Amino acid sequence: MAKAKITNIVFYGIGGQGIVTMAEVCGWAAMLAGFHVKKTEVHGMAQRGGSVESYIRFGKKVFSPLPQTATADYLICLHPEEHPRLLGELKKGGVDLFPYLEVAQKVVGDKKVFVNSFLLGVLSSYLGLEQSYWMQAMEKIFKRSLDENKAFFQQGYQAGGSL
Amino acid sequence: MRSTHTQSLVLFSGDEALAQGAFEAGLEFAAGYPGTPSTEIIEHLAQFPEVNVQWSVNEKVAFEVAYAAAIGGKRSMYVSKHVGLNVAMDPLMTSSYVGVNAGFVIVVCDDPGMHSSQNEQDTRLFARAANVPLLEPSSPAEAKEFVKEAFAISERFDIPVIVRLTTRICHSKENVELAERHVQPTKPFTINMAKYVMVPRNALARHQDLMGRMAMIKIFSERSKLNIAQSGKKAIAFITSGVSYLYIKENYPDSPILKLGMPYPFPEKKVRDFCKKYKNVYVIEELEPYLEEQMRMLRMRFKTKHPSFSVGELRPEHIPVIVSGKPKPKRIVPARPPMLCLGCPHRLVFNLLKDLDVVVAGDIGCYTLGSLPPFSSLHTCLCMGAGVTFFEGLSHVFKDKKVVGVIGDSTFVHSGITGLINAAYNKAKGVVIILDNAITAMTGGQPHPAVGTTIRSEPTKKLILEDLCRVAGADHVDVIDPTDLKGLEQLLRQRIDEDALSVVIVRKPCILLVQKMKKG
Repeated sequence: MAKAKITNIVFYGIGGQGIVTMAEVCGWAAMLAGFHVKKTEVHGMAQRGGSVESYIRFGKKVFSPLPQTATADYLICLHPEEHPRLLGELKKGGVDLFPYLEVAQKVVGDKKVFVNSFLLGVLSSYLGLEQSYWMQAMEKIFKRSLDENKAFFQQGYQAGGSL
Repeated sequence: MRSTHTQSLVLFSGDEALAQGAFEAGLEFAAGYPGTPSTEIIEHLAQFPEVNVQWSVNEKVAFEVAYAAAIGGKRSMYVSKHVGLNVAMDPLMTSSYVGVNAGFVIVVCDDPGMHSSQNEQDTRLFARAANVPLLEPSSPAEAKEFVKEAFAISERFDIPVIVRLTTRICHSKENVELAERHVQPTKPFTINMAKYVMVPRNALARHQDLMGRMAMIKIFSERSKLNIAQSGKKAIAFITSGVSYLYIKENYPDSPILKLGMPYPFPEKKVRDFCKKYKNVYVIEELEPYLEEQMRMLRMRFKTKHPSFSVGELRPEHIPVIVSGKPKPKRIVPARPPMLCLGCPHRLVFNLLKDLDVVVAGDIGCYTLGSLPPFSSLHTCLCMGAGVTFFEGLSHVFKDKKVVGVIGDSTFVHSGITGLINAAYNKAKGVVIILDNAITAMTGGQPHPAVGTTIRSEPTKKLILEDLCRVAGADHVDVIDPTDLKGLEQLLRQRIDEDALSVVIVRKPCILLVQKMKKG
C-alpha cells in the first residue's frame, strides 16, 4: 500500500508570539480544503515565556498528531534564538521559511503583530491550498484587525518563493 | 475533495471534542477544578447555557457535587487532571458501590511526560482499584464518541465510568463533526437507603452487587466495539490503548492491532483469541504496564517495551525502537525554560525572599517558578496545599532555621485552608504568605471563590481571605501590595521574628489578567 502523502509543518518560537494561533489558521485552511488535519503542541508552560512548538499535519488520513523526527516539509520559526533548536526536524528537501522572518519584520515595521500573517502568506504560496480557504480560516480565528491581517497575508503570498 | 458538511465541521482539541460529545449526550451538570491538560473541557462547557457548569473549590468537592447531580437524575460529569483525582479518591472509591441514577462520567486527563504536572501517574490503575470501568479514546474525534458511550454504559450498568485522556489527546486538534444534542428525560430520585446510605451493612450488600455488575460489564467489554481487533498481513501484531494506537498505525499501518478502547474491565477472551492468531504480539502502552500485567495473569506470550519507556511520553518514532527491544533513545532538544512573566507581582516577593535567610515551603502554581534562577527562593513543592502544611511540619522540627510558607490564592482556597486551621490548632508559629493575584493563573486564568465571579463571569458571593484567615486562627493577618517593597520587607522581617502565626496576603492582580482587562 503506497503511503498517502502527508504534509508536515512545524511552527515554533517562544510563548506570547502567537505560534499556536498561527498553526490554528493553517489547520483550518487545510481542513476547509477537505483534508484530515492533526495539530499538536508542546507548550508546557508557554505563557511564561518558554519554548513553544506547534505541529500541523494534513493529508487524506493522518494518524499520529506528532510527526516522526526529521519529517517536516516546512519550518516556520518566529525567534532567531530558537531557530537552531528544531532544525533537525526538517526533512531532506524540506523548506525552512526562517529567512522570511526578516522580510516580514521589514514589511510590517511597527505593526509587529502582523509578522505572523505575512509568514502564513509565505507558507500559503508553498502549500497550494486555495486562497479562499485561508481567508475563511482567518475569518474564523482573527477577531481583530481582520482586514490588515488579510492584507499582510497577501503580501506574504506575493513574497513567497522570492528567497 | 471538499467536505459537504463545512457548517458542522470544526477543528477541535480533545478537550473541546469531549465537552461537545458530553453536551450532545444530554449532559446537564458539570464540575471540576482547573488543571492542565483538563481545563478546557469545563471552559468549553461553560458556553452552553443548557448545562449547569461550575469551577468547584477542589476536586473532592467537584466530584461529590457532580455525582449528587447524577444521583438526582441528570446526566452529570466530573473533570480533572490525573493528580486532581487523588483529591477525589474518597468519593470515587465508594461511588462504584452506590452506582448511579442518571449517568455519571468521570473525566481524568493524565499528563505523560509531565508537560505541566508534578507526577505522571496512570489513571488506568485507579479504575482497577475503584472497580470503575474505564474508556480510553485515541484521538479528539474518538473522545467525542466515547463520552457518549460512557454515559450509556453508566446508565445501563448502574456505575460511574471513567474516560481517560492524555495531554497529547487533550491538546491535539483534528476535524470533528458537530451533531445535535439529545436531552435525556430526568430520572426520578427515589428514597433508597440500601443504595444511597453507605453504612457497613448496606455497603457490604452493594459491594456484593458491584461484583455482579462488574461481571456483566466484563461481558460487555468482551463484545463491545470499543475493543476492536483489526486484521492485517504482517507477522507482527500489536495490543494497545490510547494515543499509542496512532503511533503504531503511523509506523505499521498494515499490522493487525487489538485496540482496547475499554481496557478495564479487561476483555480476556478477546485478548486470548487475538494472541492465538498471531505469533509475534507486542503490547505497547504509555506509562504503567497495565495491559502487560493483565496479560501476564492470563499467561499470554507477548513482547513489550524496554522498562526505560515507562517514564515519559511515547512518541511515534519510539515504536520501531520498542519492537527492536532497545531502550528509549535520549531526545536532546533543549527548550527554553518558562519563567515568571515580566511584570508578575510574584517576582517582587521572591526577590525579597532570596534576601531573607529562610526556608520557603512552596506550592503548586505559577509561583513554583520561584524555585528557578534568578530567584531560586522556593525550596519545596509536593502537591496542592503543601505550602501551608510543609510550613507547619518544618517549623515544628527546625531549631535554628525559619520557614515561610508560600501559596497562591486559588491553591489556598483549594486545600490551604485546612492546613492553616491545623497550624493554628497545633500552635505553629511563623509566616504563611498568600500570593493573591486574584485568579487561577497557571491554568490560564480561571475565577475562584475569592475572586467573586463565577465561571460565566457573573458576580457571586466573594470569599474574603483575610476574614477567613483570622477565623482559622492566625494571630496576625496583613494585606500588602508587593510594589511597596520597603513596607513588604519590613513587614516580613517583623512577622518572621515574632512568636506568632501570621498570614501575609500579598495582593496584586496577575499581569496577564491586567493586560486582558485592558484589551477588553
